Amino acid sequence: MDISTIILYILALVLLIVSFIKDRKKTKMGIKKGWMAFKKILPILIPLFLIVGIILTVISPDMIKFALGENSGVIGVFIGLIVGSISFMPPFVTYPLGVELLEKGAGYPQVAAFVTTLMAVGIVYFTAETKFFGTKSAILRNGLGFIASLIVALVVWGVM
Amino acid sequence: MTMKKIIKNKTLLVGILILLVLSIYDISLGIKSLKSASFQILSMLKIVPPIFLLIGLLDVWVPRETMIKLMGKKSGVLGIVIAFLFGTFAAGPLVGAFPVAMIMLKKGARYANVIFFLMTWASSKLPILFYQSTTMGLKFTIVSNVTLIVVYLVGSLVLEKSFSKKELDALYEHVEEMAK
Repeated sequence: MDISTIILYILALVLLIVSFIKDRKKTKMGIKKGWMAFKKILPILIPLFLIVGIILTVISPDMIKFALGENSGVIGVFIGLIVGSISFMPPFVTYPLGVELLEKGAGYPQVAAFVTTLMAVGIVYFTAETKFFGTKSAILRNGLGFIASLIVALVVWGVM
Repeated sequence: MTMKKIIKNKTLLVGILILLVLSIYDISLGIKSLKSASFQILSMLKIVPPIFLLIGLLDVWVPRETMIKLMGKKSGVLGIVIAFLFGTFAAGPLVGAFPVAMIMLKKGARYANVIFFLMTWASSKLPILFYQSTTMGLKFTIVSNVTLIVVYLVGSLVLEKSFSKKELDALYEHVEEMAK
């Protein structure tokens, strides 16, 4: 368990104790509300992670190396943006892969495009996101992530 | 989940269908997909108890007026700072942020602030920043995240502007229905 998860647990626990001391009835209601929210969201999450599992299997780091390693320049940036948008990867896989891509000869802007969209654009999350906030919001938020990633790639190109 | 619910859940059906096709093509790919899906679910379940506990407590303890004051339409810089702090001190994947954002909206937080919170959670969580700087280098981490935060700030306001008042009202109504 990483440090941020531990902090999250400690925070939740401390607040729970404080809440319990202040008002037992309210605390019980809070726990019930949290549980209800979880039960409502679970049917959205299960299929999501099934698709994440499939994408993790089908789009392997080797494929990404192949797609990004050979292509430099503006085309490389766009390939990075698209591959990063459609794939899913936990951060502890993403950044070492980014380093490996750099060592293999990919440029910083191309790698920036890839790792940034990976975090900010989630095509796999899309259906879940529409259920929470509607289609327009989901499209626009992912669009913002995509444009922001493009700008990051350009800034990195200029600065590094 | 009952059978009826599974059939109604289109994403699940699509997932199962892809999984079947993949397994017919190569059974080891199907097994590998299921394995990594269950690994993902397990790692998500680790952060579920504190997040939903916090959501529940937030719901009963923070009155709507307080949330409006802190993150609502007239909260200004304070709202942005709070959105940033909530996003950067987070843990877990972006899906974990959706229910938190939902409660924020339900309590009357400003849409632009909630989008800024979601984007910060997605890109600039503290643990990710540390990890990013040890792997990709400090310069890359600073350049990319400063750029991101500026773009997200402007972008969240532009996004809000693109919604008509009617659309925004419908969004808040939808969230309230979801958060019941």
